[in-house]
Amino acid sequence: MEHIAIIGNGISGVTLARHIRKFSDKKITLISAESDYFFSRTALMYVYMGHMKFEHTQPYENWFWKKNNIELKKGFVNEIDTDNKVLHFEEGDQISYDKLVIATGSKPNKFGWPGENLKGVQGLYSKQDLEHLEIYAPNNKVCKRAVIVGGGLIGIELAEMLNSRNIPVTFLVRESSFWNSVLPEGESQMLNRHIKNHHIDLRLSTNLKEIISDDKGKVKSIIIEETGEEIPCDFVGLTAGVTPNISFLEESNIETNKGVLVNRFLETNINDIYAIGDCAEQREAIGNRRPIEAVWYTGRMMGETLAQTICGNPTEYKPGHWFNSAKFIDIEYQTYGWVHGKKGRPEYETHFHWKHDDDTKCITIAYHKDTKEFLGINTFGIRMRHEVFDKWLTEKWTIDTVLKHLQAANFDPEFYKLHEKDIIKKYNQDTNSNIKLSKKHWRKLFA
Amino acid sequence: MKLIKYIGLAIFLLGLALFSGSIFLGNFSMTDIQVDDYISEQGIKSDIFSKELKKTLVTEEQINIFEFSSAVRKALETSNNYYDKQIAKYNAEKNWAKKGEQYQYKIHEKPHTISYNLAKKAGSGFVKENIALMWWLTFGLGIIGALLYILPNVLLLGPPGIKNNGIYHKSATNRGWIAWLVLVYLVVFYLLLYFMPDYVVNWTYILDPISNTLNGGDASQWFVYGFLYCVIMVVMAVRMYIKYRHNKYQIMRTTSVLFFQIVFAFLIPEIMASLNMPGYDFKSAFPLDYDFFFEWNIKNLTESGAIGLFILVWGTILTIIIVPLMVYFFGKRWYCSWVCGCGGLAETLGDPYRQHSDKSLKSWKLERWIVHSVLLISIVMTIVTLYCYFTGAKSFIGINSQWIKDSYSFLIGAWFAGVIGTGFYPIFGNRVWCRFGCPLAAYLGLVQRFKSRFRITTNGGQCISCGNCSTYCEMGIDVRAYAQKGENIVRSSCVGCGVCSAVCPRGVLKLENDSTKGRINPNDILLGNDVNLMDLVNQK
Repeated sequence: MEHIAIIGNGISGVTLARHIRKFSDKKITLISAESDYFFSRTALMYVYMGHMKFEHTQPYENWFWKKNNIELKKGFVNEIDTDNKVLHFEEGDQISYDKLVIATGSKPNKFGWPGENLKGVQGLYSKQDLEHLEIYAPNNKVCKRAVIVGGGLIGIELAEMLNSRNIPVTFLVRESSFWNSVLPEGESQMLNRHIKNHHIDLRLSTNLKEIISDDKGKVKSIIIEETGEEIPCDFVGLTAGVTPNISFLEESNIETNKGVLVNRFLETNINDIYAIGDCAEQREAIGNRRPIEAVWYTGRMMGETLAQTICGNPTEYKPGHWFNSAKFIDIEYQTYGWVHGKKGRPEYETHFHWKHDDDTKCITIAYHKDTKEFLGINTFGIRMRHEVFDKWLTEKWTIDTVLKHLQAANFDPEFYKLHEKDIIKKYNQDTNSNIKLSKKHWRKLFA
Repeated sequence: MKLIKYIGLAIFLLGLALFSGSIFLGNFSMTDIQVDDYISEQGIKSDIFSKELKKTLVTEEQINIFEFSSAVRKALETSNNYYDKQIAKYNAEKNWAKKGEQYQYKIHEKPHTISYNLAKKAGSGFVKENIALMWWLTFGLGIIGALLYILPNVLLLGPPGIKNNGIYHKSATNRGWIAWLVLVYLVVFYLLLYFMPDYVVNWTYILDPISNTLNGGDASQWFVYGFLYCVIMVVMAVRMYIKYRHNKYQIMRTTSVLFFQIVFAFLIPEIMASLNMPGYDFKSAFPLDYDFFFEWNIKNLTESGAIGLFILVWGTILTIIIVPLMVYFFGKRWYCSWVCGCGGLAETLGDPYRQHSDKSLKSWKLERWIVHSVLLISIVMTIVTLYCYFTGAKSFIGINSQWIKDSYSFLIGAWFAGVIGTGFYPIFGNRVWCRFGCPLAAYLGLVQRFKSRFRITTNGGQCISCGNCSTYCEMGIDVRAYAQKGENIVRSSCVGCGVCSAVCPRGVLKLENDSTKGRINPNDILLGNDVNLMDLVNQK
């Protein structure tokens, strides 16, 4: 029986294992040094905030693995013998495999800041990071102030977490406005205000110069590059993005760049070795996507895809329309298709932007300036239907038709106030159009 | 703000302590005439009972309710023992005529009920003499304190949004000692209410004036319970309004359960009683209203003229037509989390404990066995009862009608629905009864699972498996298990509270009524992936 070894029990590895089991009775071993069982990394923040206990982040009950004949192995792989197909563990033991999948995810970026390895300085990615956070920032007595470096999705989550325990937070963001490399200006500005409304000390256009140690090797303060200001703190969160977690492959002959280089079949340069999820790097980017996609959904999709190949149906990784979501403290965000911020916006991409008066809801629709083709939507504070936008993107609707039928895409809970009328009014004003709202049910659009 | 909260908590606890402590107050003694009146009112023929009562209760001494209760129960025991001996004696003598005569002297009423009825007349002392003051010291302080504790959250919780911060850090909401203390308090409360109402007779005095205004009679322990139920729901609804102030579905739903509790469950039956009609809760549907088809109720209704007949017809139509029809259009939520009284308490008082329902597969299996068994038993009980009602028989298919009614009332009606159902909130979650015990929920669930337009729609591929939905599902549904497969949630137990959708950080869940086509849609590959791959795998 063919033995599939998967290094990493995150969403990619686990999805792969589940799907291989669906289609075959191959022997599967899931290897992790991080945790006994699969848990949802994205939910670690809720454990710290007291919304959940760690066990609630585990999507499957503990008996699931045995019942589905998926072997779990706790250990850290420090050497891969690709010639003999053997994995060597730090703990001294070894196992052999027939096919190997690398799904080891990411680790927080460190850019060589002085003091970045001090105690109380860390990212927020792994279960161990959460445990360390409980040591260095359990409450506002032990941690009188925290500094977060890097204005991305993890940064704002960490700010929300610390805020929930009444720990004062200083949030250093390199960009002139929060996450404006990705988000259009209006949205980014709204988030700046939202962050400040939560009494988080947001410092835009601000870089970290160095982290200062006390006499016990623990962080004492940080110094800001631009002003030289010293901010005393007991905890520093490094959240300036993530990078593939593949340093254990350095000695191997598996070809890597930032991540493990793979082709569209998710195969590495070595036969029978694959890479999926955050740690995989496409040799050529797919469409507008980045070569490395450190996103929950893409990890899952790569797992779904690779299972086909491993089970005898060679399948290219061919993701559909881009989508993603996040939550910025109280404001939910969803995106379908492509809406560019400052970075990489094609010259033909034009935006329509609407913002609610309460400053917690807005949308931006990207469309082609000549053809008016709908390219994508960012929605803040209003939930929208994935299925509908996926269809509209596939069928290349124009922005006018999309707006006309926007109500069909609404996914807010029942009785919520609808904003489509307002949105259309703004669009008509902006573009001198005369669109009228259609109340057609979304299912009718599919008929 | 925090200070106000703590002051509120202190006031609330003081009110609670005075309320609980008030049962120890007062003197209970009777006059000969009072005893005689009661004896003749009840048609009790035992002289021994009356003599024993007079001996101990007609006194100048200070007797508290516990001594009073024990004296009554002792008198009852003495009397019943005496006649038992007589029966045994005549039995031995084979004097059948005399033996038969003795049975009329035996008293079958429950000891604590007799004691309660006597105590209601016998009480005097501080509580009875200071009703208004006592109301303010108990209910008043409780309400004011609780509101002072709750209202500052408008500011303390920060901008509107889901704020479940610290739920698993606090003793009260994380099964700590406070939670256990609350459990013990609630269980004791229900035990007293159901089985030892005489001990809490002082509470009824506090509400006598309100009861008199509403229905023209003094308050019973059930009036106290009904009033307390409404008060608790109102106060805890304020908490819901603040906690979910960004979520209109939650606000509408809370308003609805509050309305149905206060108007339908409390006011209308009381007012009907004052008009000499049978007090009836028009929203309470069989088989949750398990005694609707009991002989005494049918008799009562058929003897109450047009209104009685109307209730009989309405109750039947409600269960057979209205309930399933509404479930078809809106799911069982229209009843369980918008109308029902049990649901109403669970969604207000119980909301802080919703995370404690067990999500394991094991408990789901257990749930299905138990809840459907209760449904089956309630139906069998009703068939037996109706058969016996129409034929005059005492039993049917080998089941004694009185026995099954008494057992059901005791085990399901009192223990399961009350003592366990509400008493266990702080440890086992707020829907223990609704999930494992309620026969109406089981019935609605069957309709919802197999013939309804209701579902919780999963939003394509957006789930990140975080587990907030499952954690906060009060019915113990592993919502995430469906959401992460891109599959709609169609489960018989779902009461449609909408909290999974509220706590979802990615906008994945939406409760909605829609065409039954494509309602159940298991997926292996989620939206967002290669369309060909989706077609290949999902259409297998």
